[in-house]
Amino acid sequence: MSSYPKELKYDKEHEWVRAEGDTAVIGISYFAQDQLGEVVYVDLPDEGDEVVAGETFGEIESVKSVSELYSPLTGEVVRVNEALGDTPETVNEDPYGEGWMIEVRMADPSQVDDLMTAEEYEAFVSEES
Amino acid sequence: MRFIPVNGAQRERMLRAVGVSDAGELFDGLPAEVRLDRPLRLPPGLAEEELIAHLRELAARDLDASRVVSFLGAGCYDHYVPAIVRHVVSKPEFFTAYTPYQAEASQGTLQAVYEFQTMVAELAGMDVANASMYDGATAFAEAAYLAARATGRAKVAVSGAVHPEWVDTLRSYAGSGLLEVEIVRFDPRTGLSGADALRAAATGAAALMVASPNFFGCIEDLPAASAVAHDAGALLIAAFAPALSGVLEAPGELGADVAVAEGQPLGGPMSFGGPGLGLFACRERFLRRMPGRVVGRTVDAEGRPAFTLALQTREQHVRREKATSNICSDHSLNALAAAVHLAALGAEGLEQLGRACVGKAAYLRERLVATGRFERRFASPHGHEVALRYLGDADEMLEEMLDRGYLAGLHLRRFFPDEDGTVLLCATERRTRGEIDALAEEVASL
Repeated sequence: MSSYPKELKYDKEHEWVRAEGDTAVIGISYFAQDQLGEVVYVDLPDEGDEVVAGETFGEIESVKSVSELYSPLTGEVVRVNEALGDTPETVNEDPYGEGWMIEVRMADPSQVDDLMTAEEYEAFVSEES
Repeated sequence: MRFIPVNGAQRERMLRAVGVSDAGELFDGLPAEVRLDRPLRLPPGLAEEELIAHLRELAARDLDASRVVSFLGAGCYDHYVPAIVRHVVSKPEFFTAYTPYQAEASQGTLQAVYEFQTMVAELAGMDVANASMYDGATAFAEAAYLAARATGRAKVAVSGAVHPEWVDTLRSYAGSGLLEVEIVRFDPRTGLSGADALRAAATGAAALMVASPNFFGCIEDLPAASAVAHDAGALLIAAFAPALSGVLEAPGELGADVAVAEGQPLGGPMSFGGPGLGLFACRERFLRRMPGRVVGRTVDAEGRPAFTLALQTREQHVRREKATSNICSDHSLNALAAAVHLAALGAEGLEQLGRACVGKAAYLRERLVATGRFERRFASPHGHEVALRYLGDADEMLEEMLDRGYLAGLHLRRFFPDEDGTVLLCATERRTRGEIDALAEEVASL
């Protein structure tokens, strides 16, 4: 698996988005989990909560620090990955699969178009590091 | 490991390295008008012997509990502290004020705090406890912050029967704009914050905040308060009295989500009201929102048990703007004293302590009511404190009793204008039958 799957979109806060129709699954990128180190806790919103593009929707704690999770999109949370409560390390092990965080019903699916492609994100990350 | 400050030669080297000739130059960046340009206005120094004599003379002007018979409680309690407490906390290894950030150098301190946390969690009937806070009032207000963050609500509904100074502390915290304090009236007949009054205030609240025993010594109905809080999506924050933990059910067993207490009764001197000791415990799901610091138990590289500060990512020194609280300190020495006191008592001793306190307070109430000078103020069960109405001028009575060597309680009018004549008295295990009988006889003779 490439570090940055082509079928996903990314934002500058290192979240990824897998959009399908009017919903989108959101997680954090390989780069983000690698920077954080061992993830020990993820605090996520509840189903039915609203998230707003550019605003925080939760936080993620590693052995090194605590960081905010920023929503790349605006919408309503329709699913939450409850499994991360017991196994937060999944975010490190499988950031694009089992380590997903929330699924959102988008208020405006065109917001996805403003996000970075895998190539753009990879270029962005190489500048960051 | 040794903690030795720099010597003169090292200081000189450091000053040279940064390019200044003396430490004063480091302050050149400050405007002249805020810099002190004269010595501090202090009297000349004293020889050690003179100083001791001077302090003795000052101390002799105080009237402490060793020189009067104290029936004062109201937040600070006259309990017997076993001699072993002073012995242990006086050990230099503990007495040195050093924050145990370096686990490899602080195993003893860390383990002591860990044991303390375990005991507090047990007393509170909770999953986790922190390493202590400044005092009960601070713990109480910090609990309100926790509830506000956990629920996303700002309003906290506080029983009007909580210690007024704790409520003041809470109001100070509310000055941050993060909390909104609503006082729930207590029932003047029972001295309790009834479920109906709490229910009305619980809507949209982050927490209901009660104390049991409350400021009047009355035992609140925590299970009812818990049901009311949880129905409204609020947390129940309950303050408890650790000296009565051996005879009263723990707040965690009765449905509280956060339990706090003033820990001074455990190993702490009254010391004119401070320093106190804040006990703070909660359910595990709030662990990451808990203020202060927490010591955890782990294993070292060789698999041996080891203790270390845990969850420091929540602490102010790591990320100031996101910290759960602006407190990243504790009252370690008081906490150690509490742990030693509890260890010395044991479960059986703690139960005996509670029984003695409650039994003596009941005897005190009966004796005073029997004089015909007092009436019971609230029709509710009480712990080691009881509010009685004095049938006469309460201030005059207290003044006269002080002349006769008794601190006969607190006139509640000081905090509650409607409570003219109501006196709050406390009997700890230290008060003897003889002292209580003598107090009743003195009052009767007024």
